[in-house]
Amino acid sequence: MSAPLLVVQNLSKNYDGLLAVDCVSINFQTMEVHAIIGPNGAGKTTLINLLSGDLLPSLGRITFKDRNLTDMPSFAISQLGIGRSYQKTNIFPDFTCWQNCWLGAQSRLSTSMRFFKSAKNYAKIHQQTEQALALCGLEKHTDNLASEISYGEQRQLEISMMLATEPELLLLDEPLGGMGTSETQKMIKLIKQLARDRTIILIEHDMDAVFALADTLTVMVNGKVLATGTPDEIRKSQDVQNAYLGTEEENK
Amino acid sequence: MTHSRPLLTLLILIIAALTIFPVFGDEFYQELVIRLMIMGIFAMSLDLLIGYTGLVSFGHAAFFGLSGYMLAIITPETEAVSIWIALPFCLLVTALAALIIGWFSVRTSGIYFIMITLAFAQMFYYYFNENQYLGGSDGIFIFFKPTIFVGDIQILNLNNPQSFYYFVLTSLIGSYLVLSVILQAPFGQVIRGILANEKRTRALGFNTQHYKLVSFVIAGTLAGFAGFLEAAAGGIISPAHLGWHESGAIMMVVILGGMGTLYGPILGAFVMGFLQDYFQEIWSAHWLLLFGMFIIFVVLFLPKGIAGLFLQTINRKGNGK
Repeated sequence: MSAPLLVVQNLSKNYDGLLAVDCVSINFQTMEVHAIIGPNGAGKTTLINLLSGDLLPSLGRITFKDRNLTDMPSFAISQLGIGRSYQKTNIFPDFTCWQNCWLGAQSRLSTSMRFFKSAKNYAKIHQQTEQALALCGLEKHTDNLASEISYGEQRQLEISMMLATEPELLLLDEPLGGMGTSETQKMIKLIKQLARDRTIILIEHDMDAVFALADTLTVMVNGKVLATGTPDEIRKSQDVQNAYLGTEEENK
Repeated sequence: MTHSRPLLTLLILIIAALTIFPVFGDEFYQELVIRLMIMGIFAMSLDLLIGYTGLVSFGHAAFFGLSGYMLAIITPETEAVSIWIALPFCLLVTALAALIIGWFSVRTSGIYFIMITLAFAQMFYYYFNENQYLGGSDGIFIFFKPTIFVGDIQILNLNNPQSFYYFVLTSLIGSYLVLSVILQAPFGQVIRGILANEKRTRALGFNTQHYKLVSFVIAGTLAGFAGFLEAAAGGIISPAHLGWHESGAIMMVVILGGMGTLYGPILGAFVMGFLQDYFQEIWSAHWLLLFGMFIIFVVLFLPKGIAGLFLQTINRKGNGK
């Protein structure tokens, strides 16, 4: 197996004495969909925030393609080709869908310290924006305000905005959260499509979706990694059954 | 910022009215309108910060006053100075001051940003207030307006009130156009993103602090341009020009006019100026009381300012589309 795309070593995040992420080490391989599952409060979102630079780790090391990301701010990590979506929809509600994606695409200019040429006249950004909207099936909402489209579409828009930055690694934090059945199916299809030429790290509570999408699973409990393996291995693991999947089944 | 047809009509009407005003208006009102146009430039520069970048600067008058003092310093006591020397000098000093103040300020946000900009402005205020060489609290006179020569030919004589009026009007239009262009360009898109959701803008790959700093410097420099005109127009600059009263007043103009619109603050400057004139006439002792009531009325009933009222009206009329 070739060298992993992203390596997390002994990563910890300490919030005033609470270890939200506790000495986590995971290898994320190129071109895989790697899902992180676990009960609420397991530290999954904190882990994603550490990877994206929204939070700085207390200890440990993150390496992306041999570059040390550990203390990089979020904008620099984004520039390296790591895009993320948030658990709670995080878009620009007063912008149109087009403007949302446009801003993402524009971030790939060498600089946006450009003052005179109208933003409309950058052909490459136009193309990137259009592609990103089309990938998520949002062409019909180009001119609609982001606040006016449905919740499911807003989730798609957030992904579309991230795609406009042309990332090779996507960090998706509960992309299916709060969605209806048909929206969920659409999103699963989209993620499958994106996975064809991108690496994806996915946090998700919907176990059917996780097992449909993931190549590798990591189970987290109380800030620690409990197990990592293929979906089959995880399904069969007694530890995981006890800690997590079992209770999930009973709830159904 | 796209210009809808009603807005374009409004802007053309404003420019037309201001262009023909000197033909009818008497000298007193001409003088007043000059000051209001300068206030409009000053207010637009603050709108770039408050209404477009989300930086609530409470020390914006520092740049306005500083530039005025620079004109006073570079103007000799016995003759006029060339505008080609004076203007770049004033703008450069103001830009530098904005860069230094901004470098510290954009590291903070919210209430801390308000306090730090206020603190810097008060430092400037006390410096000039105590500086006897620059007239202390009385301020300092500028006896000559700058000259505009190209070679040996005088392009425009600013001592002629009408010429000065049109010079300021051109400056107002020019400032509006420059800001509109900047806001349309990639830079403008980024600062709007910062205003709407800074964290998201950062996560998209923008170093938002850099963009905030540049916005702060542009706004400070434009405020310096307004201060340059103000000092030339009044022939005097005093510490009051950079005190927190002035910073507060110009913020009021922006809020009254409508944040994030550019033309709103220009309208705000005119409404504020004429109301001040009117209230002083009808109840000179307590005009501020009337003025305060007016501000409360606007904040309560026109949260988006005068520009918001305008937009509401045209939207209601044009609901068909």
